[in-house]
Amino acid sequence: MSVQAPAVDPRPGDPEITQALIDEHGLDEKEYGLVLDIMGRPPTYTELGVFSVMWSEHCSYKTSRIHLKKLPTDGPRVLQGPGENAGVIDIGDGLAVAFKMESHNHPSFIEPYQGAATGVGGILRDVFTMGARPIAILNSLRFGAADHPKTKFLLPGVVAGIAGYGNCVGVPTVAGEVNFHPSYNGNILVNAMAVGLLRSDAIFRGVAAGPGNPVLYVGARTGRDGIHGATMASDTFEEGVEKPRPTVQVGDPYTEKLLIEACLELMREDAIVAIQDMGAAGLTSSSVEMAGRGGTGLRMDVAKIPAAAEGMTPYEFCLSESQERMLIVAAKGKEHIVERVFGKWDLEAVVIGHVTDDGLWTVVEGDNVVASIPVDALTDAAPIYDRPHTEPADFAARQAEPDLAPTGDCEDVLLRLLASPNIADKRWVYRQYDHMVRLGTVVRPGAADAAVVRIPKSAKALALTTDCNSVWVKADPHLGTQGAIAEAARNVACTGAEPLAVTDCLNFGNPQRPEVMWEFVQAIEGMGAALRELKIPVVSGNVSLYNETGDVSIHPTPGIGLVGLIEDRKHAVGLGFPEEGQRIVLLGTPRPTFGASAYGRVIHDVETGAPPSLDWDAERALLLTLREGVSAGLITAAHDAADGGLGVALAEMALAGGVAGNIGRGLGAQVALDLSGDAGARERFLFGETHGCAFVTVSADDLPALLALAAEHGCAAQNVGAVGGDALVVTDAGGASLDVAVSDLRSAWEGGLTAAVGLDAAPPRP
Amino acid sequence: MRFGVVTFPGSNCDHDAYHVVKRVAQQDVQFLWHKDTDLSGIDAIVLPGGFSYGDSLRCGAIARFSPIMESIRAFADAGGPVIGICNGFQVLTEAGLLPGALLRNQGLTFICEDQHLAVANGHLPWTSLCPEGLVAPIAHHDGCYFADEETLARLEGEGRVAFRYADRDGNVTPEANPNGSLNNIAGITNERGNVLGMMPHPERNAETELGDASGAWVFRSVVRAFLNGEVGR
Repeated sequence: MSVQAPAVDPRPGDPEITQALIDEHGLDEKEYGLVLDIMGRPPTYTELGVFSVMWSEHCSYKTSRIHLKKLPTDGPRVLQGPGENAGVIDIGDGLAVAFKMESHNHPSFIEPYQGAATGVGGILRDVFTMGARPIAILNSLRFGAADHPKTKFLLPGVVAGIAGYGNCVGVPTVAGEVNFHPSYNGNILVNAMAVGLLRSDAIFRGVAAGPGNPVLYVGARTGRDGIHGATMASDTFEEGVEKPRPTVQVGDPYTEKLLIEACLELMREDAIVAIQDMGAAGLTSSSVEMAGRGGTGLRMDVAKIPAAAEGMTPYEFCLSESQERMLIVAAKGKEHIVERVFGKWDLEAVVIGHVTDDGLWTVVEGDNVVASIPVDALTDAAPIYDRPHTEPADFAARQAEPDLAPTGDCEDVLLRLLASPNIADKRWVYRQYDHMVRLGTVVRPGAADAAVVRIPKSAKALALTTDCNSVWVKADPHLGTQGAIAEAARNVACTGAEPLAVTDCLNFGNPQRPEVMWEFVQAIEGMGAALRELKIPVVSGNVSLYNETGDVSIHPTPGIGLVGLIEDRKHAVGLGFPEEGQRIVLLGTPRPTFGASAYGRVIHDVETGAPPSLDWDAERALLLTLREGVSAGLITAAHDAADGGLGVALAEMALAGGVAGNIGRGLGAQVALDLSGDAGARERFLFGETHGCAFVTVSADDLPALLALAAEHGCAAQNVGAVGGDALVVTDAGGASLDVAVSDLRSAWEGGLTAAVGLDAAPPRP
Repeated sequence: MRFGVVTFPGSNCDHDAYHVVKRVAQQDVQFLWHKDTDLSGIDAIVLPGGFSYGDSLRCGAIARFSPIMESIRAFADAGGPVIGICNGFQVLTEAGLLPGALLRNQGLTFICEDQHLAVANGHLPWTSLCPEGLVAPIAHHDGCYFADEETLARLEGEGRVAFRYADRDGNVTPEANPNGSLNNIAGITNERGNVLGMMPHPERNAETELGDASGAWVFRSVVRAFLNGEVGR
């Protein structure tokens, strides 16, 4: 250590440091030994709490850190990579986009409404802290089996929590995923992503610089809520064991809204040096991180913190996870500007300390020092683990494509897939989210593979998506994670966007199990490989481990949030068949497999087999053809083949058909596919899953130009049919394999989610 | 013509209203802070959507005590045009500038969706240029319009129902009613017709990039009425 911890007397009334207390704080023998080495004395009670949260998995990334280094984080557009509150990329014209995705899994399982709500609040703070105006929220949700008794309680609670918070703060929730799988029965996933817009020359960071500068506490008061939330998030759930748990934090979106406006207004004045959200581990982690980045120290008096409860101790002030609070380092002499702006918005702003040059993180209570720790002990000296990782014994055996007997009834298969909760219409969910406020949502939820949000006073727009097929990742973490990147990139390309950068939210089981750790390492390496193939960096992210109940770990779920840029949104497209007479073109060469497919799960209750393979040359050719075809105004709708394969992709285009760029009443199509072979081959072609494919529509006049564009990029392209009629008809040399009225597709698809979970259906679309 | 868009703490559609007045209706516009009391130079007032005071107590119940509300009452009494959209409608009912109340949606959830409206009275300052049917998205948790029988009879009898929830063909049916509002009421006016409250958001469908742009006619109507001297103080 560069500096020595000074002696600090135990605070009268605080508990004595015993082995039981150390155990309760989740520090093992080695870690506590390290604390003693660093401090040169036993820690005080407050210090013990601080080490406990700062060295928790959640804050220290002690298990993941050595692997995360393998990810590409640089690129010409990167203005801020991982390590700050959010990543920032340049989108030209002096503008930049800040974004990040974060998990709130454990709290949401305990209390779905507040858990999800505070997840949204936290990720918004990470983004506006950078100086960005939040313009969109996305979320990626994983629940247990749709018919699991808890799902009926958890799904509405989480959705209402996201709605209650996002709607009130006035940031549109524009896209996301809702998936169900039994591996999440005891541990749901709630991942929220926020996207903000800022000037590229006005990025704010959390670097506490300038000894003597005042430290201000702003926002809501500090209460006893959420103490040790970060430690909880680093622990597994034990079935049947009711351990004492910290209370889940309670969100107040109204205060958050005031905080957004006050912070953004303050940032227009020349008054602040650094700003940081108080997230997990509250005041402790925000102040330690700011001092760590600045190479400075901080001294703060907890007696000055506005308290929400009587008699709070320094330990409680330091570890509280009360929401809607920020820490600001102001330029000396500018405190009054902070106080004036926050006063206008009816918020408190109080000087609680100052930046020092002693390299110590010091907390006092009035005149008495209660904690004083070298800053680098809490950041750089945190333990780092290279945990053992082992390929599961059955991994190789699980790779063979399952031998599934064809049902011989493609229409029935299609309807069952459309009605299955992962593929079914998600309108019941997104109609509870205000997805239009701020007038930016040019392409709405469900209308395209990615949401399209316009940039004010510009021709540009952002295409936003989240993606992860965790069944693919479970089947093969390396290939499955590459698949998540490929699909996210295709999603934005289908609207006409260039994929720019990624945020990741890595949800895994208990890393102390070598097979889970192997999944983690494989997933990171797969993600790195895919990002390098597409030359996309990851600029922010979050790791959530210990997602496990009893012996059951969740399916590994490396959620990908991707931001794409549309230079001229005039031509941005949705996925629905726009109008009668348009030609349908299949871009790419299908290589369908039943491995890890929705067909396998829904029709045959089989989940084995390797996920679809990737051909990166073909993938790049497809992305370019999609982007250039859309921006040239040739492509009028586009949709990639994903869950449920080519058959489901066509059905989804028919269901949303009738209006360009929005959701219409439906429109049929006649499609001729080369489905040679027997019934099994036919079902595999229609419902097996594949990368590298998308259906697009184009006017008959523009068809030659589109085919020429595809040929130029080396992307396979076949004219396979035309839009029109009331039915989706797919034929091959042997006649019709599919002939289903769009109205039948609609009843299966629209009612699927609520029927599976047992909720009241949403009324018919207006 | 100069519009003032009021910002209460928690308003979140204030920038949207400002944008549409300026860019679509092409009128002068400024924000008004809820503590302002001086409305000189203002020709029309927008109370925007959002969650003023976080919907504490009841939607709009605290915002009605904001200092600006007394000035707005005087402005309305003098004949100045006022529109309350969504939370703004709730504020107007709480302030007593419009009768009735907005209760929790019948389905008990927040709903955000495109909504077809039938113009029930096309001769009001805020509706005179509107086509018979509009699309205006709804985004609310508490939009179920309620009034006692006598009030309802007066509203209907005096032609003060401006908009009703309808289906895409313009039929006012129970199925087209998203929130349980009495008589499918989506918007009403005061006796003089200069104060309009509506739950749907016309500003969210005022540009072709976001829909069929039919919501813009609400703003254009009041501009025409003002320029013709039909409203204004």
